[in-house]
Amino acid sequence: MKLKGKVFKYGADVNTDVIIPARYLNVSAPAELAKHCMEDIDTTFLKKVKPGDIIMATTNFGCGSSREHAPLAIKASGISCVIAHSFARIFFRNAINIGLPLLECAESVNNTKAGDALEIDLAKGTIKNITNGKTFTAEPYPDFMSGIISAGGLIAYTKKRLALAKA
Amino acid sequence: MNLAEKILAAHSGKKIVTPGEFINARVDMVLSNDITAPIAINEFRRLGVSKVFDKNKIVMVADHFVPNKDILSAEQAKQMREFCKEYGVKFYDVGEMGIEHVLLPEQGFVLPGDVVIGADSHTCTYGAVGAFATGMGSTDVAVAMATGDIWMKVPPTIKFVYRGELGKWVGGKDLILYTIGNIGVDGALYAAMEFTGEAIDQLSMDGRFTMANMAIEAGGKAGLFHVDNKTQLYIKSRAKKNYLVYETDSDAEYEKVIEYDVTTIEPQVSMPHSPANAKAVGKVGSVKIDQAVIGSCTNGRIEDLRLAAQIFRRHKVKPGIRCIIIPGTQQVYLDALAEGLIEIFVKAGAAVSTPTCGPCLGGHMGVLAEGERCISTTNRNFVGRMGSAKSEVYLANPAVAAASAVTGKITHPDEVMK
Ligand code: SF4
Repeated sequence: MKLKGKVFKYGADVNTDVIIPARYLNVSAPAELAKHCMEDIDTTFLKKVKPGDIIMATTNFGCGSSREHAPLAIKASGISCVIAHSFARIFFRNAINIGLPLLECAESVNNTKAGDALEIDLAKGTIKNITNGKTFTAEPYPDFMSGIISAGGLIAYTKKRLALAKA
Repeated sequence: MNLAEKILAAHSGKKIVTPGEFINARVDMVLSNDITAPIAINEFRRLGVSKVFDKNKIVMVADHFVPNKDILSAEQAKQMREFCKEYGVKFYDVGEMGIEHVLLPEQGFVLPGDVVIGADSHTCTYGAVGAFATGMGSTDVAVAMATGDIWMKVPPTIKFVYRGELGKWVGGKDLILYTIGNIGVDGALYAAMEFTGEAIDQLSMDGRFTMANMAIEAGGKAGLFHVDNKTQLYIKSRAKKNYLVYETDSDAEYEKVIEYDVTTIEPQVSMPHSPANAKAVGKVGSVKIDQAVIGSCTNGRIEDLRLAAQIFRRHKVKPGIRCIIIPGTQQVYLDALAEGLIEIFVKAGAAVSTPTCGPCLGGHMGVLAEGERCISTTNRNFVGRMGSAKSEVYLANPAVAAASAVTGKITHPDEVMK
């Protein structure tokens, strides 16, 4: 699958409280959550974000609470992929489970500016910066996780597992 | 193998597990709350199973926005109530509930050697009783409620050794803030933290819960303690089933061993907007506050309230400062009543609330306005965590929070208790 979009760039330790503040967690519909995505860290995000756009950050993206509302809000806001130096553990598994693509690739983050246009080939793990012409390759997923991703998320994966167990 | 590896091996039917390995671990308890359960319930229904794997191994707690702060949160609690009724799952509702991570150990739901997962990042709190407990998302919880197991990557373990004797007013909160200040908010990313040493042996169960609670604030997957006499004493009267105590092997491997001499550690304060911005309270300088919050899954236990009461027995909250005190559970509330602590708090000018997460995540019961500052015994001081994105939260132990409520600025307890 190829993804294409412009980059929103953030620093280290972007936590789930700024991705989607707790004051909005009295709902869980992704479209409702998306209305407040990133508003405490970047008041321009919602005005500028377009379908396909990409978030880039440095270390420990998604730290803090376990709220799955964070990747849900990001996904529903139109973001197609998050690329970071590293991700916080719970955010990482939540994103995999709900089908928000994540890539770990410090080099691409360090060589990309906010607003640059990227083209990502998820199957190959390649990140092409169209603005400056550079190409990077992200860490591949371990086989186990690829299984969940190719099934379409943890629910679909588990459904298959349950069906196999029955058969 | 170390403690975490031993527990995970036993729960995945393996003789040995090694860090980095993917396993399917059997779970002994699956938890969710009024924020995370609604998504978990929806995902559970999508799985199309007719029952939960074991209704005695699932608990739902309404604690974040209850007693409900608005119509939408009331709908969320209603959804949980209905699900629990339909599937025979234990639901802790208003009047019985407490903050999940204070409640579950208190009620004997989490025991040594257990694997516990919860759709709440502070599920790691139960490491204090020697369980492998870790926070996950709602979808993970949905799957575990259906199948009784969940995928995991075996984490490497970092061992922390705390040497020496703790100073006055220094407890679990100070040790963990100091540790996070030292290693950073991703210092234990993906790793299990094992807490050991003489200072840990001295620490009460309540102090250990406080430390395990904040393992996630260093990025940790779990924060574990070994079972000793204090743990056994705590568990004995509460356990509703058998449990197994695991010990670290003498040749266990660790990713790292970090040692601290605690004799020089002072009460700590984490400055905005990161738990890692920890410094000794004496080095904070003059910081005026508008509000003090004493409670949460970090410091809402009876020992925490006793500590605050030591100060409020002699001093009143400074006029113009709001002090909000929240017992973690109904039992903590009752104990505080029996010991006369609630009367001390009310007479000192503090507001005492029924158990709830409330202000900890900016839900209700003490949300901050723009430009306001709060000293809080909670675990996170991220931007906007307690209200306005232009407010500030300072993290500290209950004695520091109480002393600060008395003077109106961040204060060492010694200063008011001379
Ligand atoms: S008290 Fe705070 S940190 Fe603990 S469970 Fe509630 S909201 Fe989360």
